[in-house]
Amino acid sequence: MHKDEIEGIEINLLLEAIQQRYGYDFRNYARASMERRIRQLCRSIGCHRLSEMIPQLLHDDSFLEGMIREFSITVTDMFRDPFVYRCIRQQVVPMLKTYPYIKVWLAGCATGEEVYSMAILLQEEGLYERSIIYATDFNDIALEQAKEGVCQPGRLSDFSDNYRQAGGSGSLSDYYQISEEGCVFKADLKKNITFANHNLVTDSVFGEMQLIVCRNVLIYFDKTLQERVLKLFRDSLAFGGFLCLGSRESLRFSTMENDMRVLDEQAKVYQKKVP
Amino acid sequence: MSRPRFIRRRCLKAIVVGASAGGVQALDTLLSLLPADLQVPLVIVQHIHPAEDDGLAGVFAHRCPLVIKDAEDKEEIRAGTVYFAPPDYHLLIERAGTFALSVDEKVNYARPSVDVLFESAAHVWHSQLLAIVLTGANNDGAQGIRVVKACGGTTIAQDPATAPYAAMPQAAIDTGALDRVLSLEGIGEFIRTRLRSMKS
Repeated sequence: MHKDEIEGIEINLLLEAIQQRYGYDFRNYARASMERRIRQLCRSIGCHRLSEMIPQLLHDDSFLEGMIREFSITVTDMFRDPFVYRCIRQQVVPMLKTYPYIKVWLAGCATGEEVYSMAILLQEEGLYERSIIYATDFNDIALEQAKEGVCQPGRLSDFSDNYRQAGGSGSLSDYYQISEEGCVFKADLKKNITFANHNLVTDSVFGEMQLIVCRNVLIYFDKTLQERVLKLFRDSLAFGGFLCLGSRESLRFSTMENDMRVLDEQAKVYQKKVP
Repeated sequence: MSRPRFIRRRCLKAIVVGASAGGVQALDTLLSLLPADLQVPLVIVQHIHPAEDDGLAGVFAHRCPLVIKDAEDKEEIRAGTVYFAPPDYHLLIERAGTFALSVDEKVNYARPSVDVLFESAAHVWHSQLLAIVLTGANNDGAQGIRVVKACGGTTIAQDPATAPYAAMPQAAIDTGALDRVLSLEGIGEFIRTRLRSMKS
């Protein structure tokens, strides 16, 4: 048997151990990036074989924490892909304005850059006061970081560029205060954001949303899991509600294709059809 | 000429290419040297500014008879097609013969990173992989070359003397894991010969 095939077995066993011991199910994650991260972790802690991590994982709770950190924290940019935010401003916001209350779900929000980007957009469009943003992730460490809303000053110049290209009407500096830890988003930007633990792999439908944003999360899942999550999004949307995916993700080839119409092909914004 | 017979005859399943500064020109030349009936997929990471959201496929599409496109997540990888990693995503190969994208942290300050593509390709195609490092001003690809070699694949770097930016091919050479150092024309010839030997 080839060495890579044996490693394949080791990875299966490792994922099985995580699932049975802790309930986190990574078995339907896309394999290639998962394997890369597992190999990296293995090297960084000085294990010679991937399966050497299994006993550690089973008997040491804190090992899992490190592993989850390795598996799931993806730091993203504020207003990543500015054209997506322009599309939301131009095509989604006019329809959101017709609702008395607006529920927005940012699924897989990681460290929160997109959450604050969306809060700023809603505020500038005069919608924030009647909006609730649900920001969810299965990773409590990331969620905690997102809740703090601290941004490293070194990243701000890129974020400001993105903000302007995304159609921002003020200055990004209007929204944060400088403190010892870094730049902290102001309390009035946070007041309508609810952070909550939700696992797309195992948890169920989440309210009647007007807008769901889940960008660059589905690429980490295999087709089976993608299908489950897309169904979850469809069922969590109000009729006429919007779904925004990552620019390299789509509803093509999914059974959800018939339930949603394409609002913007490039920005990957879809609208749930009214029956 | 003294190459062992088993290397010459070895079947090829895929070619992966990494390029950075000066790469667009180099790829233009390399693509023009490929046979029109390419029997394998060719997968390219060319470093590019993330804001170039149109991708590179469009730049080359009309200059080469092969099908040229951006790699899509979960897409089945086909012979005779040239794929580019989309800007701001890492491109990986799944064992099932499909692509996967990720937004994991940058590697060597780059996303897409040559190392990420090469390493994942090496674990899928093993000895049936050919990996090529072209011009560039950093050392992305060097680690990938090591892994490709360790998995039994064939490794080539563009001759730094012929590259507008020598650092990247030089870093690959410095790993000591290269089979050949060639000009672009030499690389084209190597690929054609290798593919011809598969037909016979």
